[in-house]
Amino acid sequence: MIKVVDIWKYFDNNAIIKNVTASFEKGKTNLIIGQSGSGKTVLLKCIVGLLEPDNGNVFYDERNFTKMNIADKQIVRKELGMLFQGGALFDSLNIEENVMFPLNMFTKYTKEEKLERVNFCLKRVNLGNINHLYPSELSGGMKKRAAIARAIANNPKYLFCDEPNSGLDPKTAIIIDNLIREITKEYNITTIINTHDMNSVMEIGDNVVFMYSGEVWWKGTREDILHSSNKELNSFVYASELLKKLK
Amino acid sequence: MNLFFHIGRYFELMRRVIIIPQKASFFRKQVIVEIDNLGLKSLGIVVIISIFMGGVVTIQTAFNTDHPLLPIYAVGFATRQSIILEFSPTIISLILAGKVGSRIASEIGSMRVTEQIDALEVMGVNSAGFLIFPKIVAALIINPALVIISMFLGIWGGWLVSAFTDVLPLSHYMSGIMLEFSEYDITYALIKTVVFAFLITSISGYFGFYTKGGALDVGHSSTKAVVFSSIFIIFFNLVLTQILLA
Repeated sequence: MIKVVDIWKYFDNNAIIKNVTASFEKGKTNLIIGQSGSGKTVLLKCIVGLLEPDNGNVFYDERNFTKMNIADKQIVRKELGMLFQGGALFDSLNIEENVMFPLNMFTKYTKEEKLERVNFCLKRVNLGNINHLYPSELSGGMKKRAAIARAIANNPKYLFCDEPNSGLDPKTAIIIDNLIREITKEYNITTIINTHDMNSVMEIGDNVVFMYSGEVWWKGTREDILHSSNKELNSFVYASELLKKLK
Repeated sequence: MNLFFHIGRYFELMRRVIIIPQKASFFRKQVIVEIDNLGLKSLGIVVIISIFMGGVVTIQTAFNTDHPLLPIYAVGFATRQSIILEFSPTIISLILAGKVGSRIASEIGSMRVTEQIDALEVMGVNSAGFLIFPKIVAALIINPALVIISMFLGIWGGWLVSAFTDVLPLSHYMSGIMLEFSEYDITYALIKTVVFAFLITSISGYFGFYTKGGALDVGHSSTKAVVFSSIFIIFFNLVLTQILLA
């Protein structure tokens, strides 16, 4: 479980994240939703430690990540996997080397064991026979799947996904969503997904946190969204005229 | 942002860069890759420039020291001293600042804007040390080798001019390049080269690492890396020359 307590983050004296408190459960897909500029990416970066919150604490299973020294943080980080918006695969490495990277850095497996794990992860995300291709040779969906394979290679306890569906067609987006949910359930990991894609919310949103102007505005499940009377949430969810009419 | 901010942030970055690598075997492989990328792939330009500059220095010296009181072999002596003391360590380092510096800044800058550095950080990798330290070590190893090659080729360029033109007789050139050779000149040149190698890689790494924005900003970082590396090479050339030769 991941808990964030009273997180504040300022840029140039403007509060981008204000008093955010939320918990993200193990074995569930926890979604942070909100329109662009609502602060969800900043919150995610504060959680994984890419940004230091100006106030508040982040707990990984009762371990206060914010108060840790660099060495302890690096230990926790070995338990994290993250899928970035653009995949963030290393351009200079082929797919096999990319997925093997965390194993090379942090394990003492033999080369054969590492290769077996890489092939298992690639198979798990339905990517076969692409070991020796480079990221530039893959489609957007394949890059995302390869990035998921890298994120799960070292058996993470926590998985973070920043806009996993951006730039993907609706069908591929659903494949990626379902893959993330399956992995979450299968390995019982705590997954946090940052998205503004309502298809994702309705497909995999076990727990949903809605952010508005840097604050947590609403919390619930995907079913609760349909019955919510929260004005800002409804305005976000039913953005198009068609959906407004349907509601 | 003022100069002191950059100086402070540069030293803060170096504190993260120059530490024991997290995985020694991985680090060794990276150093070898960087020796190839930064050094061996620069060999062509070093060879061409050194031969031609050696020839030009010989011709210029011969035409500008045409005086009855100056012995002809002084041309060879002046060529050798110019090449060993200044041309090979300083000019070759300036050329490498352009070629290698822009490569480092754009490579690391691109990784920054495509979140590859964030990916390293999230995994628990010391991204600064992982990306910049192997480049520094590789340059400290390979740049002195490149400069020594450049010295030989520069002097050989002068030999070619003497052998195939009538600028000066070959025997006088050979006498000149062997006159009063001091081993300390080589030591001085190599000390300068090592300092310049550190400046090129660390300054370029700094500008690449702190790139913000997109493709345009990677270009800006690359330009700044070359400009500031060159300025610091020139500045340290003056300082080191005063310290080591005065």
